[in-house]
Amino acid sequence: MSETTAHAQSQTVHAQTHTGQQHPIRLYLFVWGLLFVLSAFSYMVDYLGVQGYLRWTLILVFMMLKAGLIVAVFMHMAWERLALVYAILLPPLLVLVFVALMVSEADYTIFTRLAFFGAGP
Amino acid sequence: MAHPVQTHGEPGLGPVGLRGVAADFSSDQRAFKTASWGKAMMWIFLLSDTFVFGCFLIAYMTARMSTPVAWPNPSEVFALHIGGQNVPLILIAIMTFVLISSSGTMAMAVNFGYRRDRRMTAMLMLLTAVLGAGFVGMQAFEWTKLITEGVRPWENPWGAAQFGSTFFMITGFHGTHVTIGVIFLIIVARKVWRGDFDVERRGFFTSRKGRYEAVEIMGLYWHFVDLVWVFIFAFFYLW
Repeated sequence: MSETTAHAQSQTVHAQTHTGQQHPIRLYLFVWGLLFVLSAFSYMVDYLGVQGYLRWTLILVFMMLKAGLIVAVFMHMAWERLALVYAILLPPLLVLVFVALMVSEADYTIFTRLAFFGAGP
Repeated sequence: MAHPVQTHGEPGLGPVGLRGVAADFSSDQRAFKTASWGKAMMWIFLLSDTFVFGCFLIAYMTARMSTPVAWPNPSEVFALHIGGQNVPLILIAIMTFVLISSSGTMAMAVNFGYRRDRRMTAMLMLLTAVLGAGFVGMQAFEWTKLITEGVRPWENPWGAAQFGSTFFMITGFHGTHVTIGVIFLIIVARKVWRGDFDVERRGFFTSRKGRYEAVEIMGLYWHFVDLVWVFIFAFFYLW
């Protein structure tokens, strides 16, 4: 009888130890490797001196891939319920609106600087 | 009723997809069914921190776009003289790899925490802290190098004066985050080592029972620090 109780308790403990995010170590090592490769690619963009639109595109692509891997796997966002995913990941999109506002503001500032102070300092 | 209202029992068993989002938020209970309050609060803090760093990077973008003076070339500014030639941006690349590695060890620490492997968890967290401290050390080296070369928040030898102000502000704030993370890593690693989370010892500050989830929440903060660096690396150093 007491053995059964002990067994039941150990099962409960066992169940408790497996709450939370449990994923194979291999997955983390794989993502770690991917992040290394992507960082190396980003560095190569600068090292090889890629310029212009290709440079900016590559920088943004590697940046978003790295950010996505970190948030989805390392921070476990891929396994959370959608309510949390949307609550955390949608608001930062508003930053893009801020970016658009400040691009237009910066364009206006440089226009006035060039118009009133000439082309250089 | 197609979807009975869930009042008790296992969390996370409601509908999925968009219907699940609506059900969770309108459940008149805690909205984040599978995330504990601690994890949800850390996420919300990180969201607010996202806006802080977002504002810094936008300020940098605005300064760089609106100055008629040429912007210093980060590739040359952050080059190191190694073996008789200038290697562009090499220190920053090493810092990036160190920080990514610390994120990897942190993710594994969380994993071993949930397996109740005290020793491995504490060791991996301390390794994370060492890598983080190494990152801050390299940043201190970088700051020293730039300051001796004459970079100030109000001037620098290579071009637009705003370069120095944005550099010190953005990397300074990020370095502060890393430093705070290292301190908390050591605190949580000590708790793990002592077995606080196995015996549910109460915290000195919150008086709440310790759980291995603290390691995962600590991990969220640490990965966020790495995440911010991804954006700083792309926009400030590579752009």
